[in-house]
Amino acid sequence: MMGRQHENGDPANGASADALRFDEVSVTYRSGRRERRVLTGVSLAIRRGEAYGLVGESGCGKSTAAFAAIRYLARNGRVSGGRIWVDGRDLMALSATELRRLRTQSVSMVYQDPGRALNPSLRIDRQMMEVFEVAQGICGDQALSRAREMLARVQIGSPDRVLRNYPHELSGGMQQRVIIAMALSTNPALLILDEPTTGLDATVEAEVLDLVTRLRAEFNNSILFISHSLPVVARMCDRVGVLYAGELIEEGPASRVFRDPKHPYTVGLMRCVPRYGLRKSQGRLETIPGFLPAPGSITDCCVFVTRCANATERCAREVPQPIALEGHVARCFYPDRASQLPRQSSGAAANAPSGAGGVPATHSAPLPTGGAAGAAPPLLRADHLSKTYLISGKRFHAVHDVTIELWPGETLGLVGESGSGKSSLAKLLLGLSVADEGSAIQLCGAALPARAEDRTRSQLKALQIIFQNPGAALNRSQTVRRLIGRSLRLVGLSGAAREVRLREIAASVRLTPRHLEEKPRQLSGGLKQRVGIARAFAGGPRVVLCDEPTSALDVSVQSAILNLLVDLQAEQKVSYLFISHDLNVVHYLSDRIAVLYLGRLMEIGPSEQVFAGPHHPYTEALLSANPSLEAQGAQRIRLKGELPSASNLPAGCVFHTRCPRKIGDICEREEPPLSQAGERHAIRCHIPAEQLGRSVRVPTQPNEPT
Amino acid sequence: MSGAADVIARPTEPEAAPSLGRERWRAAWRSPTLIAGLLILAFWIVCALFGAGITPRDPYADDLLATLSPPSAAHWFGTDQLGRDIFSRVIVGARDILIVAPLATLLGTVLGTALGLCIGYFRGALDDVVSRIIEALQALPLVIVALMALAAVGTSNATVVLVIGFVFTPLIARTVRSAVLNETDLDYVAAARLRGDGALAIMFIEILPNVLPIAIVEMTVRLGYAIFFVASLSFIGFGIQPPSADWGIAIAENYSLIGSYWWTVLFDAGATASLVIGVNLVTDGLAGVLDA
Repeated sequence: MMGRQHENGDPANGASADALRFDEVSVTYRSGRRERRVLTGVSLAIRRGEAYGLVGESGCGKSTAAFAAIRYLARNGRVSGGRIWVDGRDLMALSATELRRLRTQSVSMVYQDPGRALNPSLRIDRQMMEVFEVAQGICGDQALSRAREMLARVQIGSPDRVLRNYPHELSGGMQQRVIIAMALSTNPALLILDEPTTGLDATVEAEVLDLVTRLRAEFNNSILFISHSLPVVARMCDRVGVLYAGELIEEGPASRVFRDPKHPYTVGLMRCVPRYGLRKSQGRLETIPGFLPAPGSITDCCVFVTRCANATERCAREVPQPIALEGHVARCFYPDRASQLPRQSSGAAANAPSGAGGVPATHSAPLPTGGAAGAAPPLLRADHLSKTYLISGKRFHAVHDVTIELWPGETLGLVGESGSGKSSLAKLLLGLSVADEGSAIQLCGAALPARAEDRTRSQLKALQIIFQNPGAALNRSQTVRRLIGRSLRLVGLSGAAREVRLREIAASVRLTPRHLEEKPRQLSGGLKQRVGIARAFAGGPRVVLCDEPTSALDVSVQSAILNLLVDLQAEQKVSYLFISHDLNVVHYLSDRIAVLYLGRLMEIGPSEQVFAGPHHPYTEALLSANPSLEAQGAQRIRLKGELPSASNLPAGCVFHTRCPRKIGDICEREEPPLSQAGERHAIRCHIPAEQLGRSVRVPTQPNEPT
Repeated sequence: MSGAADVIARPTEPEAAPSLGRERWRAAWRSPTLIAGLLILAFWIVCALFGAGITPRDPYADDLLATLSPPSAAHWFGTDQLGRDIFSRVIVGARDILIVAPLATLLGTVLGTALGLCIGYFRGALDDVVSRIIEALQALPLVIVALMALAAVGTSNATVVLVIGFVFTPLIARTVRSAVLNETDLDYVAAARLRGDGALAIMFIEILPNVLPIAIVEMTVRLGYAIFFVASLSFIGFGIQPPSADWGIAIAENYSLIGSYWWTVLFDAGATASLVIGVNLVTDGLAGVLDA
């Protein structure tokens, strides 16, 4: 290892002052006989008390950097160049014992999936006491009381109860708090947070992020915060580094980087995120063309050259060196041109980004022709849809008395936290599970059998779905040709006609003929999802249910998929029921939005009204928790407590246990009716519509940070 | 600038990842376990196929002048009580067991996979009932069950195949069932239901290819057991019948002599063991390749 020869040498100037310092660090992984360089010459420094954010899409080397920082790379990985200092010590020169001491005392790491970071067979007290025993030699009652103290500091209301629990008895948010408490127990110099909120709901994420912010002020640790989410990093960090294909391509103070990015990749990444308040009628989403290059495959030129619209011959010939602009560094020959990066989408898009005023009131896209007073029946109608599961004698109310209508050509967004019944509702509509007695589903005014097996071919054809996880939704033993082809049987095509149609469909989702012969595991996530979309559209559906179709994808891929969905809707006049937890995405795509909480419809109405208010208190909390680059520091409403169990629902209004605006006994006694709050806008709340909250951030001024 | 951009900014697609299967097979050919197992297996298959043609002497010919002679240049493995050449008999003895055991395993695998697919896909009451029956069967010692069945229907190579096949069916069904349960939770099964595929099509076209690796590995595991099973049945007289040169029969005929004439038993026992070991080595190698 390179570091060895410096064993006795002093760290470079100022290194001891930094909690973490990377000096031209490269990491390679060996696979077979090949060496792949995953990090290339990354230099960064995290000062004491500073929060440093590392952003980038999957495969850019974020987690590798985190694992390199604690010398815990996978067995086939090694630091092949450069030096790393943690807390002033040269990491590569440490012996096994010293490394162990460093890991127990100076660095802590919080992982993405809290459920897997805790030992499922040990109670929380045992796991937390162990930290004190190993790191500080404190045992028994003393360790227990320290554990209790730590849990109180991460704002767990009843530490004694939590200590006696097993991990599976805690919610995801609670588990992550416990892990943060354990990580902070040793008061480490450096706290590494690797996508700490990615698996959590927006409201829980907001709470955990608040907690980290507060703890930072209290403990004054340095933080390495790794995330794919730009808004989250913008909110949490003092400085950010943007990783692309293993290189740090831009670095600087968070406020500067996100206000005035100097590298075309950062610009592209920021443009991909649907901005708060942007609608599909206002323009397409920006994408980054092309694909992430294989790690280590580009060595003698700029890593971003193949995807950069600003690239010149020089970019293809030379490796750009970091150019510093007052503490803001970009690895680009033309940092000043970044802001003029050409947009791919033409026309309407050109003026949208700068926040064309007065947008939502008169948006230009044709409203769904149906509307409330339309004479024709809705395309799809669910009447008093309920679903109760009986699990070991307990009744779980997954969906309760939901009535929704979907009009031709319309997109109805369905939002809510996990456990709110969004996916259950989709399954009921599709006939994958059977609704309770008294529920009815109608397609074009005709009753639809509850089970998919009882539906006719044309009914099946009319109602299709795009699944959340394209990996599980495609049969891994079939080629793309077969996957799409089998769905064409619904249309009754065969032979040459079928081949023609197959190619048409593949082309319409931008798959090339070459992809037809490949199997899902040879495709990237975005390509897989395109196959999923092709399959859903193969039979010429009337309604397509989109169950979080982009939540497993990177933002640049997400924007391409969303554009595709918009295009297909315009071409084929389908209706979407679009399920998502990402409010910006839902708002971009949806004409109307329905908000679910514990299987109940809390609010439904046209997108603008749902976003602008009056809001149901739950919608208000969701909007407030929604991370957004534009609205940093806006007023936040936080939900307290946990989502009640679906087997033991609160009496009265199901939201009263967490409602910040509970008005009194009536909320605990009576379930409020879904009452009108405007034209086609209904809210289930005892508070009269006039007194309900309105959006602090009105979508007419999307680009002005408050 | 834009002219240059047109030239350079052409999105390049990543190379298609090489198919995982091919990469695994390539790794498998470097695996000593699999190679060793295949070599052992190939040796016995050649013996079974060409048996009488490659033996140095007639395996069935008595030579009452040379009974129970120890291994020598003339008789490499010695002779038995009737003076028959043991080396030749060991080679010829591979034939029956290599017909009966694989056929029985194949029968058990086909039936077990079909049963496992059904109970795993339909779940519910069918699964509850069949699974309990399988558990009940597993509680019985298999050799006893097979013995009773053979006593009832009479012993022949065909009946041994049928009986062992049926005895193995529930065991394989259980393994396949649990694999199917994982598959039915995946969305591609829902997608198939939504395009109107029937249960049979979903089970055999959609799910089967994905659980087949597991079924194949389970089959090779069972093949090892089957070889032992057949040898045991032959030993107690309910398996392959004389005058076959089967190893189990030979051991049964001679085990009382093992004290003074060890060669009459040792080589047949060694042959049986090497075949079982060969099959198990292949199993381990395959499990790695098929990731099951």
